[in-house]
This record gives sequence, C-alpha cells and structure tokens, in this order.
Amino acid sequence: MSIRLNVVDRNGGEHEVETAPEGSLMETLRELDYGVAAICGGMCSCATCHVYIAPEWLDKLPARQSDEGDLLAELQFRQDNSRLSCQVQLKPEYNGLRLTLAPEE
Amino acid sequence: MSTDTHTEDHVYVVGAGHAGGELAFALRQQGYTGPLTVIGEEAHLPYQRPPLSKAYLKGECEAPSLYLRQQAAYEKANIGLLLSRRVERIDRAGKKLVFDDGREVKYSKLALATGGRARRMTINDAARAERTKNFHYLRSIDDVMAIRSRFEAGQRLVIVGGGYIGLEVAASAIARDLNVTVLEALPRVLARVTAPQMSAFYEQVHRNAGVDLRTNVEVTGLEFNAAGDAVTAVHCTGGVVIQADLVVVGIGLLPNTEVAQAAGLDVDNGIVVNEHAVTSDPHIVAAGDCTNHPSLFCGRRIRLESVPNAVEQARVAAAYLAGKPRVYDSVPWFWSDQYDLKLQMTGLSQGYDQFVLRGSMENKSFAAFYLKEGRLIACDAVNRAQEFMIAKRMVAACKPFDPAALADETVPLKTLAPPVQAATAPA
Repeated sequence: MSIRLNVVDRNGGEHEVETAPEGSLMETLRELDYGVAAICGGMCSCATCHVYIAPEWLDKLPARQSDEGDLLAELQFRQDNSRLSCQVQLKPEYNGLRLTLAPEE
Repeated sequence: MSTDTHTEDHVYVVGAGHAGGELAFALRQQGYTGPLTVIGEEAHLPYQRPPLSKAYLKGECEAPSLYLRQQAAYEKANIGLLLSRRVERIDRAGKKLVFDDGREVKYSKLALATGGRARRMTINDAARAERTKNFHYLRSIDDVMAIRSRFEAGQRLVIVGGGYIGLEVAASAIARDLNVTVLEALPRVLARVTAPQMSAFYEQVHRNAGVDLRTNVEVTGLEFNAAGDAVTAVHCTGGVVIQADLVVVGIGLLPNTEVAQAAGLDVDNGIVVNEHAVTSDPHIVAAGDCTNHPSLFCGRRIRLESVPNAVEQARVAAAYLAGKPRVYDSVPWFWSDQYDLKLQMTGLSQGYDQFVLRGSMENKSFAAFYLKEGRLIACDAVNRAQEFMIAKRMVAACKPFDPAALADETVPLKTLAPPVQAATAPA
C-alpha cells in the first residue's frame, strides 16, 4: 500500500510522489533528484530537510518537539508552517499531504 | 584484458561513500546528462556512516535505511554503479582507470571521493588479531555487522581509543548492557578535538554511565585463545591485563590517497585541491575526507573528517565538472550523539586561547565557546540546538565577541549574533 504526496520543488514545479506510509517524510524526499540534503540523516541536528507544510495539513501533523523548534527558530527561510521533514513520520492518513521544499540556507 | 571503448564523455566517481554518492546526484542536478558511473569497493550503495557507531550498532536499523538513496533513484538519474570494484591505478596520460582485475575504462573527467580507512594498530599482535573473529575496526557496514554479532548484554567490550568513534561505541554498548572499558593513550579523551573542560565532562558522563574509562593507557599486547581465533585479553602499560570478549579499535582515520599519489597528483595529508575542489590535474576533482583543501574560514589548508564537508565539497566539485565553478567556503561543523547528549560543534577550536562556558555542565545543557585573540573560532553546544544554530552564524562572522556576554545567560545569545538575513521565501 502506498500514499501520494504533492511536493512543490524549489522552482515551483509540482510533483506527485508515491511512497510507502512508513519512515520519515525526509527519507522519501531524500530519494528525489530535487529533494532534501538531510545531511545529518535524521538526527535533528542540521536543519537541511526543511519543508513548508500546506496550511490545511499543518494541524493534522503531530506538534514539533523542542529540538525541531529550536533548529527551525534560527533558519533564514523559516515560516510558521515550517517543519523538519526528518521529524515527521509518514502515516496512511497523510495521503494527499501537500508540501513545498524550503530554499537551502 | 578488455578496454572499454568509450570515446565520448564519461565521468567516473571513484569512491561510493557520502561524498561520492552526493557528487553524482549533484552533477545531475547541475545539468550534466552524459554517462556517469560511481565506483565503490564495498558491496553497498553509498551510505551514511555516522549511524554505524550508534543506531546501526545497536540494531535499531538495517543497512538499506543507511543508504543515501535507494537503487531506484540511481536508475532514475541514470547513474551507473560499479560496486565491489577497486581502482588499482589512474593512467592520467591515457585518461584511463585500471581496475584490480586488469580491466580498464576511459574517463573524460574524474572525481575522487576515496574517503579514508581506519588507522590500524601497530603493535606486534595487531596483524594476528585482525584475523580473529572478535577484534574489529569500525568504518564500514561490514565491520559493524561483525561487531553486532557479539554485541550482547554481559559481554566484556574493550574499546581502544577515546575519540568520537570510541565514545559513541561505548554509549551504544552501555545501552545494550555490555561491560565496557575504554582505553585512551593520551591524558584525556577527545584530546585532539576539544578543550580539557569538554574532555572532563565527557569522561564524567561515561564513568557515571558505568564505563571503565582509563586514560594515559597504551595497549602493549594482546592475548589469544588456544585456537588463536579470538582475542581474550588486552595488555596495557604498567602490566595491566583486561579480559575481553570483544575488542573495537577507534584510533583515527587515514585518508585514501595512494591511488592519487601514484598517479602523480599533489598529495599532502590528503589529495590537494583548490577552492573549486580541483586537484593538480584540471580533469580531476576530489571531495570529502580524502581532500586537503583551502579553508577561507580558517585561513589555512585543512583536511576534515565530516559528513557536512563531504556533502558540501561534493557539490562544489560537481559544479566545477558541470562548468559552473563556485568556491567552497563552508564553516566546518560536526555532531556526535552519546546517551542523552546532543553535541553539535561549529568551527575548529585548535589554537584557541580562551574558553568560555555558557550554561551548566552539571545540567548537561551548555555551549562552550573558543576564542583566539578575542575572535570566536568555535563552539561546542550540548543539548542546546537553538544556540548552536546561532553560534554557527557567530562563528562564520569571524568576529570578536565579549567573553563576559557570551557567558551571561541573562543576555540572549541571539542579541549578540549577526541577524538572520531577511528572507523572502515561497509560500
């Protein structure tokens, strides 16, 4: 079983990405040729997997943990709908999740 | 012997580690559409090494989750993979790579991402120990696969080396209820990379966790079982003997530069590259742990063993190969996770003349600042992710900061730092 994500790349291009609803969102985005760097590999140490979650989906994701908020707080391209994709675990109910890749810092 | 008959462009990336994998994909992103192949000695797709001493060692994840990208991504990007293959020689005059089985391929451009290998022990018993089942270095998935088979509660683990690898293995072993001894030859752990205060902090943390941590101890010999297929004890200076079921050695890394050197490229503690990651041959770039590169930030040449360096330098190397050269000017940064401690480091502290502590080591939440002639050159942050992000900007600014203000927790660090540049981002 798989879910579909709607991913907007850094040039505004829209992509439908099919993925298994397991692991972190970062692990799916890392596979894309326009994806995220994810330098630290999901340790919540580097903030290089930054995405913007579409407003209608924001409340459906679990809240940020403290480290994630701390890292995001100091990013140049931070927005209210910013998340680190390594901290978002994919679930079946995220079918249709829409997000935009944040610019690289 | 067969010679590949490519006459057109073919970019080969020698080395399938973090730098090699990143370089190949970065080259595609930069618009190179010609033939592109990554060559690796290991059987695995390019993977992340940092979890090897942590989550992977503890059995919390399996090899495919370490891969930077899965097989399908290489197919989609049309990146060829030659795995379990070793490049024996570079023939620069003929622009050929010669493999250990004698086969040859022609390259138009070459990227060296050969990384490094574990430094081996030099004592007499080491060569014999390397043939046993319970004596290991730690650099690859295969190394850790072998360690994992004995990584069980109650096993007596002796770790040689109190650097980041050794300490991370110790923390992982404590989490798995092994009996852990760490032997460090120098007077303190992490001696080459951090201040005595930080070393003392980490020594205390490990001792409190139950590690038998011994400094100023050199290994003088090893004892073997009757069959000679296992190490049973480690002999140290002063006649001390430590019984062992498992020995892991983490005493540093040696850059893999031999093939480059034999090809006549400039090598000096790493393959010498310029600010565009280009070697002394304009057709050959290099990136990652294997390079000696100019650091604008440090004002000197450095060689780094770090994932961020591997990734960012790989991108610079790819940009050059794609005809869009840019300058590598990153500030070094690192991380290390041990127990409940999230350590993030920025800058290089070597040569500091002032150490400033902000926060409390007792509470395991602090930032240590390193100054040289008043200028902030590095910061180690423990469980302070936000201050680490701020410190990154401060260190990158190459400026003096007031030590009293750095230490004063009533002054938000943010008020000292250069502001985040105003950004306009897509919605």
